[in-house]
Amino acid sequence: MARLAALIVSALFASSVWAAGITVSGAWIRHLPAGVPAGGYFTLYNQSKDAIALVGARSPDYTMVMLHKTVEEGGTSRMLAVDRIEVPAGGAVTFHPGGYHLMLMHAKHEIKLGSRIPVTLVFSGGAKVTAQFEVRGPTAR
Amino acid sequence: MLQRLMRLLAMLAACAALAACSHKVQWRTDNIDGLMPTLDFHMTDDSGKAVTAQTYRGKIVLLYFGYTNCPDVCPTTLAKLAQALKNTKNHGADIQVLFVTVDPKRDSVSRMHTYVRAFGPWFVGLVGTPDELRDLTKRYRVTYSYGKPDKDGNYEVTHSSAVFVFDGSGRSRLIMVPHDAADAITADLDQLAAQSGS
Repeated sequence: MARLAALIVSALFASSVWAAGITVSGAWIRHLPAGVPAGGYFTLYNQSKDAIALVGARSPDYTMVMLHKTVEEGGTSRMLAVDRIEVPAGGAVTFHPGGYHLMLMHAKHEIKLGSRIPVTLVFSGGAKVTAQFEVRGPTAR
Repeated sequence: MLQRLMRLLAMLAACAALAACSHKVQWRTDNIDGLMPTLDFHMTDDSGKAVTAQTYRGKIVLLYFGYTNCPDVCPTTLAKLAQALKNTKNHGADIQVLFVTVDPKRDSVSRMHTYVRAFGPWFVGLVGTPDELRDLTKRYRVTYSYGKPDKDGNYEVTHSSAVFVFDGSGRSRLIMVPHDAADAITADLDQLAAQSGS
């Protein structure tokens, strides 16, 4: 138990060292019925002295989380998978409806409105930041 | 004397022009009055009932194409429409949103039912046979295409982002696009309802 606690503390310490200056705010998930994928939204701030690149995301509550972007072109909507999003030092990127979004697929259990779901953002070089995403209903905007 | 009379006439003309202007309807979304074919289709609604355009005559119809495995733009559009309809004078009582799936392979009638009901009472999900879907999409020059399935069989669908609006007689009236704000949609639906005398 003590060893586990020590491990958690060291893991937290490690992640805070690695991810110094990277913060996430306004994180929420639009939960949809019928087992269809949910959209995840947030703003990522890079207050560190170096550029960072977001390369992935995962959550213990979903089988798969992907970085996506909606593209509007000639009257059609298209979803693009995104491999890498660069955020310059002092910069920010916002995932918002109609733009960048997380696609959260195949929830492992029932997702309750109003609950908080941890999502870990993964950066090139291996740094990670975990944020709590608030679960909102289909008509949230 | 003649000069004064002329000035009076000019003033009257200006007033008349102004009055005419104030009666002219200004639309905030795109006015396509009669430019697209009258609403016409045969499909199955989300309760499993066979429906046609006639089923919805007398109501303002908003027609939108999408699919349920669409985590961003489809629910974002439906959520915006829900807010816009709720804010209309009649709270959308005279309006029906028809959400037509362009992915009938994955979107069953029952899945559509669960999905659209979550957005509010104004939404009806429509599922067509391949022929029915082709007829309706061709009629409004709506395009859709499927991406390559990944190893789990998931695939993405490219689809038209416009919302087509028809009045109670099935006449095409407006097109709404993703950048139209909810309050612009509310204002235009109220104007359309006022013209329909409902």
